[in-house]
Amino acid sequence: MPELYYSKAVNEALDEELARDPAVVLIGEDIGLYGGAFGVTKGLFAKYGPERIWETPISENSFTGLAVGAAMLGVRPVVEIMFMDFIALALDQLLNSAGKLHYMYGGQVKVPMVLRTPGGAKGGYGPSHSQMLSNLLVGIPGLKVIAPSTAAQAKGILKSAIRDPNPVIVIENKRLYPQKGEVPDDDDFTLPLDRAVVASPGTDLSLFCYSSMTPVCVAVKNAFLQTGVNIEVVDLVSLQPLDTETLFASLRKTGRAVIVEEACLTGGVGAELSALFAEHCLDSLDAPIVRVAAKDVPIPSSLALEKLVLPQPEDIITAVKENLAY
Amino acid sequence: MPDFLDMYRRMVLIRTFEETLSDLFGKGVLGGTSHFCIGQEACAVGVIDAARPTDWLVSNHRGHGHLLARGLDTAKVMGELMGKIIGYCRGRGGSQHLCAMDKCFLGTNGITGGGIPIATGAAFALKYQKTDRIAIVFFGDGASNQGTFHESLNIASLWKLPILFVCENNLYGMSNPTAKSCASGTIAPRAAAYAMPGAAHDGFDVQTVYDAASQAIARIRGGGGPELLELMTYRFCGHSKNDPRVYRTREEEEEMRQRDCITVLEQKLPSLGYDSETITQTALSARQEVAKAAEVALAAPTGGLADATEGVFA
Ligand SMILES: Cc1ncc(C[n+]2csc(CCOP(=O)(O)OP(=O)(O)O)c2C)c(N)n1
Ligand SMILES: [Mg+2]
Repeated sequence: MPELYYSKAVNEALDEELARDPAVVLIGEDIGLYGGAFGVTKGLFAKYGPERIWETPISENSFTGLAVGAAMLGVRPVVEIMFMDFIALALDQLLNSAGKLHYMYGGQVKVPMVLRTPGGAKGGYGPSHSQMLSNLLVGIPGLKVIAPSTAAQAKGILKSAIRDPNPVIVIENKRLYPQKGEVPDDDDFTLPLDRAVVASPGTDLSLFCYSSMTPVCVAVKNAFLQTGVNIEVVDLVSLQPLDTETLFASLRKTGRAVIVEEACLTGGVGAELSALFAEHCLDSLDAPIVRVAAKDVPIPSSLALEKLVLPQPEDIITAVKENLAY
Repeated sequence: MPDFLDMYRRMVLIRTFEETLSDLFGKGVLGGTSHFCIGQEACAVGVIDAARPTDWLVSNHRGHGHLLARGLDTAKVMGELMGKIIGYCRGRGGSQHLCAMDKCFLGTNGITGGGIPIATGAAFALKYQKTDRIAIVFFGDGASNQGTFHESLNIASLWKLPILFVCENNLYGMSNPTAKSCASGTIAPRAAAYAMPGAAHDGFDVQTVYDAASQAIARIRGGGGPELLELMTYRFCGHSKNDPRVYRTREEEEEMRQRDCITVLEQKLPSLGYDSETITQTALSARQEVAKAAEVALAAPTGGLADATEGVFA
């Protein structure tokens, strides 16, 4: 299997879907010749031209709404929001249109659009360019929210998202873009949108994570192996809906849960997962659930300060030890 | 030559429909709120008749006129407002979220300015699919202060999208007069900033509206790019169900009522060859249609649990 950068895997998915389905168009800022702020769409403008790649003015709410309207009439827009923090400007159309229309119009319309955006901190981008805002999106009925953590997922999930008849938000990650991974060499390689993945099987404790935290958790797992502790790393992948079947099965097997995310602690995916475990798996828990997340503060610019706000490998190690010691 | 008699019929239909809604609110049959377009009927009918039935419409919170002008089934609209299963959206949408794909009606919209980018996207799709259909979006003077108005006009102009932006300027956004909300006083001058034609017209005269819209639509359909149409109008009623209208005088309202679009057309019909008996009968049939629709809608059942909790995803 060829190894690809995560960003290149996204690029290939876009390329293949543009080639496969003439209804697919890309919409976003500086996604043409420039190739997008993170180079993800590089080369596509040269290949597909302005008929398929629509570079917009800086008008997030309107070009997202435009995608909604176009999607209802059979176009399949893939919108890029340059930094996840900017999704704030598109939120009205996501919340009030994309997520609601199929339901509120009694099933008369479908909104087959994808919105992809890089979340998370890359190191020093500062408060308006660093947040993982998964918590903002999972509370919006009608949106599927997926956060691929590997190159293979990035490609297979984006391709499925583009083919899905619903609005799908794909949260990419700036820290993952330059990471490499094996990706099947197959134009029709897709992955399901609603399944969690056991990234690394184990028996003694489950680390639940997604996006940038998955490779970090796998590294933590490997470190613990030397001490004789075999951790299972479960990658949520889909944040809305949550694949409770896979997640509950892991917890019931290990009896221990540590939940790790790059989003801030309060009111997000980790909180939801804790509540679900408490509701459905209480009898299986051998220790209280421990959560590791970003502190409930904006992400500071200073690298030194940023490190203090975001979850670090040491924080995860401490959380695992705390749970095991209970 | 437009069918003025049928325009008249639908203007009476729209007005009677909303007067009936008012009664039904009084009787506690209707929930939530509703925004009537009483006084603005000529805008809806004039523009929509200038379009083809296959041109896509997007409307706002004040959308009953647009829905009925397009010829949606009156009972199914009434049913939707009453939350009944016979409604276009099975009662999920109500007045501000009513869509009828079979009538190329892409929806009313409860977010002020929210429909403008959606309609721009519809126009994008129509151009992308190389059709000769266009999109038309209705919104108010208040909505023209939203970012979506400015962003969408800009994009539509840059991309030469086939869309007609129709601003029904009824002089107020809720209680806020345009003098206090629009720096340019009126809306049409804003078109110049986005390099598209834009002019204001008398929204009380259905023929004026029809003519202005026809010209704009011909230009747009010919590939000339988008256009802004401002229609000067007035809502004789309050903003929504409960509005004591403290922000304007009864004298102003009375003055505006003298220009009622239905009276204007009624007085014109004889010169177009319609006798008074025909006019009376036409109005009567419109009123009967509303009464019948209310009867059908009242008798219809509401949906069940599945209608409430399922169908979030396609
Ligand atoms: C985003 C948003 N802000 C505020 C409102 C509340 N609201 C509904 S209609 C309206 C006035 C709109 O004025 P205008 O666009 O002129 O339309 P009109 O009601 O006069 O037809 C307001 C403030 C809303 N529905 N959505
Ligand atoms: Mg107004």
